[in-house]
Amino acid sequence: MARAVTPRRKAVNTALAWAVGLLIFFPILWTILTSFKTEATAIADPPVWLFFDWTLENYAVVQERSDYSRFLWNSIIIAGGSTLLGLIIAIPAAWSMAFVPSRFTKDILLWMLSTKMLPAVGVLYPIYLIFIQFGLLDTRIGLTVVIMFINLPIIVWMLYTYFKEIPGEILEAARMDGATLREEILYVLTPMAIPGIASTVLLNVILAWNEAFWTLNLTAAKAAPLTAFIASYSSPEGLFYAKLSAASTMAIAPILILGWFSQKQLVRGLTFGAVK
Amino acid sequence: MGRIVLEQVTKSFGEVTVIPPLDLTIEDGEFTVFVGPSGCGKSTLLRLIAGLEDVSSGRIAIDGTEATALSPSKRRLAMVFQSYALYPHMTVRKNIAFPLRMAGMDKAEQERRVTQAASVLNLTDYLERRPGQLSGGQRQRVAIGRAIVREPSAFLFDEPLSNLDAALRVGMRLEISELHKRLATTMIYVTHDQVEAMTMADKIVVLRAGHIEQVGSPLDLYHNPRNVFVAGFIGSPTMNLITGPEAAKHNARTIGVRPEHITVSATEGPWSGTVAVSEHLGSDTFFHVHGTGLADSITVRAGGEVGFRHGDRIHLTPRADVIHRFDDKGLRIA
Repeated sequence: MARAVTPRRKAVNTALAWAVGLLIFFPILWTILTSFKTEATAIADPPVWLFFDWTLENYAVVQERSDYSRFLWNSIIIAGGSTLLGLIIAIPAAWSMAFVPSRFTKDILLWMLSTKMLPAVGVLYPIYLIFIQFGLLDTRIGLTVVIMFINLPIIVWMLYTYFKEIPGEILEAARMDGATLREEILYVLTPMAIPGIASTVLLNVILAWNEAFWTLNLTAAKAAPLTAFIASYSSPEGLFYAKLSAASTMAIAPILILGWFSQKQLVRGLTFGAVK
Repeated sequence: MGRIVLEQVTKSFGEVTVIPPLDLTIEDGEFTVFVGPSGCGKSTLLRLIAGLEDVSSGRIAIDGTEATALSPSKRRLAMVFQSYALYPHMTVRKNIAFPLRMAGMDKAEQERRVTQAASVLNLTDYLERRPGQLSGGQRQRVAIGRAIVREPSAFLFDEPLSNLDAALRVGMRLEISELHKRLATTMIYVTHDQVEAMTMADKIVVLRAGHIEQVGSPLDLYHNPRNVFVAGFIGSPTMNLITGPEAAKHNARTIGVRPEHITVSATEGPWSGTVAVSEHLGSDTFFHVHGTGLADSITVRAGGEVGFRHGDRIHLTPRADVIHRFDDKGLRIA
């Protein structure tokens, strides 16, 4: 029997959903609002909500004081690069796990995921030393590789789940039709898995974009992405909430817009495996 | 050319032996059907020939060339899968052209062959559609089209009709038979349906638990089943197998009488029983007769007009010249 939903109940549910949504979004909303206030209004008590003199001054100051575009470019390269590099490694890995599983495939998958349970700071020291040794500190390539490795388990897991849904017979058909392994993955598997790959890419771009621990610890100036850009405004010397908010808004705007336009893929990505 | 030779081929999955040592030769141009109950290893055998599974030991030769270690793409065989296995993201045209594209054939020749295959298979109007927009029968035709365009040395069919409804199945059966007549290319066809085997095959290979029980033409298997298993598997309805004193009268452990080799009468005949079920097909009537003391149920095939009903007492007479006799090991007594 289908559950009967009365209009009243529907209205209540909708209001509740909006309330929860707003609650989750509130910090971001507050940050955006604060970014348009003067420093004085930003720390006013009681807080000022919508009726204040809106100003773009903070954005002007932030842009003047630091080169936003350089941080943005670093973020794009690190997020995009680590995702691309991750895919190049993860697609063949997920292919072999999904279509030629061995006795240990499940264990390997679990082991890979278990690395995500390790606190990142636990490996900071060795990685820092490796970076010094290889001259990778404050380089985009170094950071791209580290963030790729950090997210690789998730990329492999997600792709593995998507690949599992593709019938093996179709790949066998490709083999019978004369496709080499490379052609099989390139012309048959990948196009069929495009929705799954798209969700994986999106989620990983977002994770890499927001990654702060490694970017803050392994960069200084040259390779610093937007997370470092935000951090540079949370100075201990004085309260610059409005400027910090402006910097934060500038940093999250690109990813927020990307997320907005790809909601559908993102939802599928976040609930992967839940619904066949 | 498509002569396929299997020598002492075996296949094990871990501890489980699916195919014990097996020898088989499939002649060029022959339509060979592998038939047997589910789990008999017929699909595994086909996949070994295709190269989708590696043999555990033994060798496979195709066209006189050693093929045991060749990858599927190098064996020049085409396969039609039970699930059709079409590429869902490609149009029908691209699906059919895929093997040609993989072979690096030039565009004009690809186009010519796809057009030709499409016209043979009545797919011309569907070339720009995707598999998801086609019916089951049309999908199966696309799968066949994809197989024929590259002119393989042999076709492998893995239960290709089992996902189709009954009417379509009969139609596709005829189409595949006609295709074989026209192309005269070796075809190996796997099915669990003995009617498909009987109607299509030049040669039937009956398998049980990875063993070949018998190889022969459909009529050869029908008239001279080598053992009780083949006798019971080939023929529809299945042969009546009778043990006990009645078999002893013929100096056999088991005797087999086909339903079509028994005549019914209201009054006379050596065997008698009551009709439990009568199935009227119009052209024929099948009686399932209980209480004969020979077996739980004896099946009889009579003419469409014969009108006994449930509960009627009837008499049966087997045709003496076509009683099959089997010994203690279930083997045929000549």
